[in-house]
Amino acid sequence: MATYDLKINGKKQQVDAAPDTPVLWVLRDHLKLVGTKYGCGVAMCGACTIHLDGEAVRACQVQVSTVNGKSITTIEGLSENGDHPVQKAWLEHDVAQCGYCQPGQIMNAAALLERNPNPSDEEIAEAMNGNICRCGTYTRIKQAIKTAAATP
Amino acid sequence: MIGFSWFTRCTPASEPKIAIPSEWFDINGYIKIGDTGLVTIFSPNPEIGQNVMTSMPMVVAEELDVKWENVVVEQGALDEDAFKNPQFAGGSLSIMLGWDALRMAGAAGKRMLLEATAREWGVEISDLTASEGVITEKNGERSIGYGEIASKAVGIEVPEELELKEPKDYKLIGTYQKNVEGPKIVTGKPLFGLDFEREGMLLAMIQHPPAFGMKVKDFNQEEIKAMEGVKDAFIIDTTTDEPEWSEVNAFHNLIAIVGESTWELMKAKKALKVNWETESEPENSEMHAERLRRDIEKGNVEESRNDGEAEAAFAKAAKVIERSYSAPFMAHNTMEPMNFFAHVTENSAELIGPTQTPKALEDAASKLLGLPVENISVNMTRMGGGFGRRLYVHFGLEAAAISKKMGAPIKMIYTREDDMTQGTYRPAYLSTYKAGLDENNNLVAFSVKGVGLPEGPVFPKRFPAGAVENYSAVKLGSPTNISTGAWRAPRSHFTAGAEQSFLDEVAELAGKDPIDFRLELFDRAKNNPVGEEHDYDAERYAGVLKLVKEKSHWGTDMPGISRGVAAYFCHNSYVAQVFDIAMEAGQPKVKKVWCAVDCGIVVNREGAINIIEGGVVDGIGHAMYSELKFQNGSSVHNNFNTYQLIRHNQSPEEIEVFFVENEISPTGLGEPGLPPAGGALANALYQATGQRYYHAPFSTADQGQERIEIG
Repeated sequence: MATYDLKINGKKQQVDAAPDTPVLWVLRDHLKLVGTKYGCGVAMCGACTIHLDGEAVRACQVQVSTVNGKSITTIEGLSENGDHPVQKAWLEHDVAQCGYCQPGQIMNAAALLERNPNPSDEEIAEAMNGNICRCGTYTRIKQAIKTAAATP
Repeated sequence: MIGFSWFTRCTPASEPKIAIPSEWFDINGYIKIGDTGLVTIFSPNPEIGQNVMTSMPMVVAEELDVKWENVVVEQGALDEDAFKNPQFAGGSLSIMLGWDALRMAGAAGKRMLLEATAREWGVEISDLTASEGVITEKNGERSIGYGEIASKAVGIEVPEELELKEPKDYKLIGTYQKNVEGPKIVTGKPLFGLDFEREGMLLAMIQHPPAFGMKVKDFNQEEIKAMEGVKDAFIIDTTTDEPEWSEVNAFHNLIAIVGESTWELMKAKKALKVNWETESEPENSEMHAERLRRDIEKGNVEESRNDGEAEAAFAKAAKVIERSYSAPFMAHNTMEPMNFFAHVTENSAELIGPTQTPKALEDAASKLLGLPVENISVNMTRMGGGFGRRLYVHFGLEAAAISKKMGAPIKMIYTREDDMTQGTYRPAYLSTYKAGLDENNNLVAFSVKGVGLPEGPVFPKRFPAGAVENYSAVKLGSPTNISTGAWRAPRSHFTAGAEQSFLDEVAELAGKDPIDFRLELFDRAKNNPVGEEHDYDAERYAGVLKLVKEKSHWGTDMPGISRGVAAYFCHNSYVAQVFDIAMEAGQPKVKKVWCAVDCGIVVNREGAINIIEGGVVDGIGHAMYSELKFQNGSSVHNNFNTYQLIRHNQSPEEIEVFFVENEISPTGLGEPGLPPAGGALANALYQATGQRYYHAPFSTADQGQERIEIG
């Protein structure tokens, strides 16, 4: 067990956790930020996607001992009022069915558009391929990303 | 009846234009109205992504006659008396079974408000109309909002017979409405069972045997209990007397580890040293294949149908074709793993979590805990997928057993590995189809025999029963100790693929267009049916094929596009699909899927289109990529590194959905979109690659087929 000073969604948080605790479980169990989801624990489904210093990473593979001094953004902190262009596009296209994978999809999509503001369909598919949607909303996710990309 | 309040479950359909009420009035089990005119509608059924949480309240709101923008939706708790309807998510039945109760609830609410207003104004109800939340005098000046009169409507009795709207007068049903929980989903609000939190709650994880046919004997209990973060570890038993179908469970005895954080519990699980006992023979995939081959001839006949003399007709036929199709065991793999919250005391049990069958859970928990059902409450959280997996109540019972032992509130969660290897799988199947054509290329004989581990996939009374003079269908069972259960469109999803790709080969042998070939058969079934009643409406079945033919411009030359078609009827709805495939860099790519659907009245068009799209993707994905293999009684696959689910780049580029417009009472959509996909895909792949696909998963299974053709 050790104490870690984390910066999450712009706020300083202190947690006591074993050094090898994945940030996923620090978020969910210690900080009660449950927007970041558990789907597989082996970085194969993308449900746990967060931003670490602006980059999309799978929180199930990031140990808490490695994030000192780094800035973490979760789905809860992507925007103040749920009005990030990606979130708005998700609502416009009524993307979600069960919704469980969608925070991870949104975080991954937001990071994609940050580095590539106007991705082609192929670039979207490649970037999003690590995010499984068991309900099969892939066509809507693609449309929503294109809408968000087109937002000035 | 109340929705539970720990969530902010009051979900505006959009930002309400009306102020939050200071007082709410209970109108009936479904409706409460606030003094400002804001209306809360409780959605009775479990939400698994099929979006009944939007469509069921829409039906209530229609008959209540309120503006959708003034409605907030809350998830209802288990209370079948208050909702006057069974509450479960299965069989694509929510809207179909709820249609009357939902409309009556809305109409009753409206009636109570009208009655209250009539009394208030000293007029007859017939002097009043109600529309969009406002009651007005037909021949007068007065009007009053529902909010203003609601307090006086409470408790008013309504007559048994209530007038319901005609479909032509619908203002809400048939429109496009967004998922009421959309804003919460995209901002990561706590919604799912895995997210549930209760003060003083402990976490629990389980360990089940590594193979089917095994049972836990003992384990290194003291070592585990001594680990960091572990409060206790013990064996639980969820066996009950006279188990119901929903209590399917290969593993009644589990190791439970209780603590305060998931990561510590995961580490404790890894440190387990367990002595397992073998109770029945460990099975493997080779044994399964052998059993299917043996029992397609010798298995236990579960159901059959015979019209005419199929064998004699085959002997006389000008051309005969026979093909076999197979598919492996599959897991459900809901994105949210199994979990449940339970707080069991000496006299009561509170159960909260993702269940498709809250009543079945309550009943099973009553048996397990020895408590009367009145002392048990069940609340449904939103579910990260169901697909039939959460019809089974074992995980709710497990949480309850752990809570009882600990004397504390418990949230139990499964890892993905626990989940994928627990069982309750889609059975493995083998079906053989045979068709005989006469010299004029008419289909004169048809037979299907299909065996499953354990239950067979064949529906003897479905198409083409009734359309073929000589017809034989046999459903066979074969034994296995692998636990199986209902998987989205049970049996239909496999049979549709096998049958619809077989019919494609038959049509080709007959030199006929595949759609026209089917339409001829539907004509026969409609105008001059063979044998006893068959289990489909030939006109509606033909209807979706005609619609998809029209909308997809079937028959038009499309350079670079190879097309396949399939249609299937299951869970009371009819769906036909055309797949357009193009070869890109030597690989087949699904460019577009055209779907024609007949589900009667469409309640929420947006949600309806989404769920059909999802069924298409699901059908493609599992036909192409997914399988479970077994060795020594264990599934070889336990996570997504080896178990393939369809991903973004494998998904169709475009899906378009069309509905047959009619006024038939609505039937379901959760499942019907899936079954045609595998068959239409196989048929399009044949046109694109020259290869027929018989054995799932198409991407890796050997497609070898012993060809039997005469003539």
